[in-house]
Amino acid sequence: MVTGFYHRMSISQKLAMWAWIFLIPAVLFYSIIRFYPTFNSFWISLTDWDLLSEANFIGFENYARMLQDPVFWKVFGNTFAYLFLGTPISLVIAFVVAYYLDQVRFMHGFIRALYFIPFLTTAVAMAWVWRWFYQPVPIGVFNNVLSALGMEAQPFLRSTTQALPAILAPAIWAGLGFQIVIFMAGIRAIPDSYYEAARIDGAGKWQILREITIPLLRPTIVFLVVISSIGFLRIFDQVFNMTPQGDGGPLNSTKPLVLYIYETGFDVFDMGYAAAQTVVLFLILLVITLLQLRLLRAT
Amino acid sequence: MTVQATPVDAYESGARIGLFRGNKPIRPGRIVMWTLLLMGGIAMVMPFIFMISTSLKYPWEIYDLRLIPNEPTLENYIFVLADGRFFRWFLNSLLIATLTTVSVVFFDSLVGYVLCKFDFRGRWLVFIAILSTLMIPTEMLVIPWYLMSQSFGWLDTYWGIMFPGIMTGFGTFLMKQFFESVPDDFIHAARIDGLNEFQIWWQVAMPLVTPALSALAIFVFLGNWTAFLWPLIVTTDTDLYTIPVGLASFSVEAQVQWELIMTGASLATIPTLVVFLVFQRYIIRGVVLTGLKG
Amino acid sequence: MKRTLAALLGGTMLAGFAIGPAAAQDVVEIDYWQYFFQARVDAIDALIERFEDANPDIRVNHTHFPYADYRTRVAAAIPAGEGPDVVQLFYGWLFDYIDAGLLQPLPQDVFPHGEIEAEFFPMVQAMQVDGEYYALPTAVRSLALFWNKRMFDQAGLDPDDPPETLDELMEVAAALTQRDRAGNLTAVGMTAGMTAQDHHWWREVLVRQFGGQPYSDDNTQVTYDEAGGLEALEFYLGMLDPEEGVSAIGFMDEPQAAFRAGRAGMHIDGSFRLGALRGTRGLQWGVAELPANADGVRFNFSSYWVNGITRKAEGPKAEASARFLAYITSEEAMQLWLEVVGELPARQAAALTEANLAHPEFGPFIRGLGYANATTFVSEGQQRQLMVDMIDRVLLEDMSPAESLQIAADAEQALLDDFYGN
Repeated sequence: MVTGFYHRMSISQKLAMWAWIFLIPAVLFYSIIRFYPTFNSFWISLTDWDLLSEANFIGFENYARMLQDPVFWKVFGNTFAYLFLGTPISLVIAFVVAYYLDQVRFMHGFIRALYFIPFLTTAVAMAWVWRWFYQPVPIGVFNNVLSALGMEAQPFLRSTTQALPAILAPAIWAGLGFQIVIFMAGIRAIPDSYYEAARIDGAGKWQILREITIPLLRPTIVFLVVISSIGFLRIFDQVFNMTPQGDGGPLNSTKPLVLYIYETGFDVFDMGYAAAQTVVLFLILLVITLLQLRLLRAT
Repeated sequence: MTVQATPVDAYESGARIGLFRGNKPIRPGRIVMWTLLLMGGIAMVMPFIFMISTSLKYPWEIYDLRLIPNEPTLENYIFVLADGRFFRWFLNSLLIATLTTVSVVFFDSLVGYVLCKFDFRGRWLVFIAILSTLMIPTEMLVIPWYLMSQSFGWLDTYWGIMFPGIMTGFGTFLMKQFFESVPDDFIHAARIDGLNEFQIWWQVAMPLVTPALSALAIFVFLGNWTAFLWPLIVTTDTDLYTIPVGLASFSVEAQVQWELIMTGASLATIPTLVVFLVFQRYIIRGVVLTGLKG
Repeated sequence: MKRTLAALLGGTMLAGFAIGPAAAQDVVEIDYWQYFFQARVDAIDALIERFEDANPDIRVNHTHFPYADYRTRVAAAIPAGEGPDVVQLFYGWLFDYIDAGLLQPLPQDVFPHGEIEAEFFPMVQAMQVDGEYYALPTAVRSLALFWNKRMFDQAGLDPDDPPETLDELMEVAAALTQRDRAGNLTAVGMTAGMTAQDHHWWREVLVRQFGGQPYSDDNTQVTYDEAGGLEALEFYLGMLDPEEGVSAIGFMDEPQAAFRAGRAGMHIDGSFRLGALRGTRGLQWGVAELPANADGVRFNFSSYWVNGITRKAEGPKAEASARFLAYITSEEAMQLWLEVVGELPARQAAALTEANLAHPEFGPFIRGLGYANATTFVSEGQQRQLMVDMIDRVLLEDMSPAESLQIAADAEQALLDDFYGN
């Protein structure tokens, strides 16, 4: 009977049925483990929950408070600074390295491993090393180099303007290996036949890059733009580990939204306010992602 | 129309002589490029070298950022390894990261494939919904997960540490994008040849995306290897700690024992390096499609 | 494939063992949580062993977490009711925890108020809220001045004569400070950093020494913006002058690192630093009481970790928890704690022995306890951050000290109002 029913379905109906069968475990998993807690956060954002006492419904009070909170706006601006600087800079560097590395034969594996190693180590240990690199003389490596070149010492992490880029640098550094590998996998996934055809047509190197490599890399580029943007908007580890006491200082100049959420929830136990910030972060991420997918015309 | 896919190591096909892919003569510009890439790579690993160097120093020397320790010592390694718990944590991390990786590679590539190659109502919505799981910081999820684990009796179990990560939006998205490079013609042809949908995915599509699968395996393994917050929250029993949670014990009140953290972090890099070296060979192994003639 | 996976996952679930055998019926089990520090863990284990021998009807399960994440871990366990029965917490978090409803008052029959007030050091009275005590310490800490004898020697100073007053402190610090030709500091005379212990030193010691008082007697009002506060702030900022100062925020990353590396002449820190300094090879150091002001008046700051009973403990567990808490705050436990951990006893009789007072390392700390105050924090992390920002606004944004002080005081007053207003 079931088979009879199956045979009477059209091909597209059959495929849709298969799609949903394959999706069953995922739908169950995401609904219970991911969506339920997420919706729960949305609800908590409308309450004054402090972890222990009963949560009281307070409407949009947490959101109103956010609008008045100067730290929130500072943090909001910082978060976008990480995004707008981090995503383009890291992707351009990663593409250039991947594009040329792909053509390298001699010691290829070794050089690629060099670029990937930062990604293999724990953020805590690496953040500490970077923090030391930024120290003033007599120990800071960067300042010692500046001093050897006869240039003025820079405050780096002790400056309200330099600290954010100084923290962004190791974040870009840590993710570069990942982006390079994805770019290279994407470049390798382009069938050689396309290149051969182009070469037969007499296309030059730039033309091949512009008309074949980049268009065919579109799925890879979409993926990296979206994932990197999410990553920079959710930056936490580097800031937490590179500022004293993980405070996102000096004077909140490096504090991103996720760190503020963490402090509000786990230091002050103000879960309601932390949840409201989470909802805002979620909406920002959703809008930006949808925008990117639309602009890059992903299917 | 006959379609066949033959995975071939890109470096094994054709003449491979000299510094670069292809058999072009070496030009000075290319040597400059190679040198720049190498120098960039060396700059990239400097912090890593400092980490290893610090792990070989006595505590009173670590604040001197000298690359070669004045008085190199293995004392930190002896201390960390003599504490038998480190080995236990190491095995815990290895088990959790391996099982999670297997699960993620399987499920994420299946879901990514479905979202890429099947046309059905609600596809876009499912995709965005799965992608949206990347947009909530873990910090806000740990309390609901903790309550959930408590009611299911998953506290202090390996499964409790693993369950939130057995599928990921990240991997689903990655695989969905990479399945786009698999021509639809292959799938139609396989369907005509009588393969069922599961077989088409497993036998036809999957071999064509091995670079992406390898990349995914590396990322998932690493992600789990370094995961900190959730394993910390869900475990009470020190025997179930993972490496990052265990390493945090070296950060004691008002003082962090950096030389020990660097030592633990250096040791913790060994398996990730092995995983990377094993899988990276598959990433570079290009897939050459033949017989694709309109 | 899927089935294999499920079997694998199922198998590992079983591998994560259940938590120990079911307890015998007449034995009450209670959970004790503290943060990980080897000596503290050893000390508590020893105390539990002795306690269980004397109280065969109680079993204590001891659990510890990494220090840096202890609060996070406790926070996650609270809503689930999975937390401990007896918990160790920093005294500065007490209000947060009471506010969150985590703690219950200590039963007065086991812990009579008169006895606590007579026998413990006076700052322990900060643990009293609305007429009830909520927690008691085993050990207390205070601040003292560490100095580097070799640097004193090299600067032509007597290596056995630490500064006695604030003026002397600045003179000595100036003599110890070293700069390279470009004017960059290569060694500081004195460490500085509000993220470490200096915010306590400023609040409870300097403000008082300059004639002020940090908070009103009932702790509801910030008063360091009245008398003394600005003078204290200017004194502190004087150390940090870019050209003529004796210190810099963030020098060598953190104060204790600079001192341990032999690049700081003097350093103010707590008794918990003794252990790390003893193990630092090549460093010759001494420890002295904090310097007095021009009138010879000294103050000190005391902090401590306390043990409280959570709301989770009910009935027989509450009773067992009270007995355990009484034991770990007894004189016997304090003596063991001093021997194993090296922290000062919280009961005066146990601390103020002749041997302790004359001890070259413990002595200055124990003498400091006699004139120490403990700040009644409503939210320790936030209140510390206000001090950090107060200094940074002056140093990094050229704000006047008076204005920055006022901003800090107003922000802290808002925190206090928020807490006491509710």
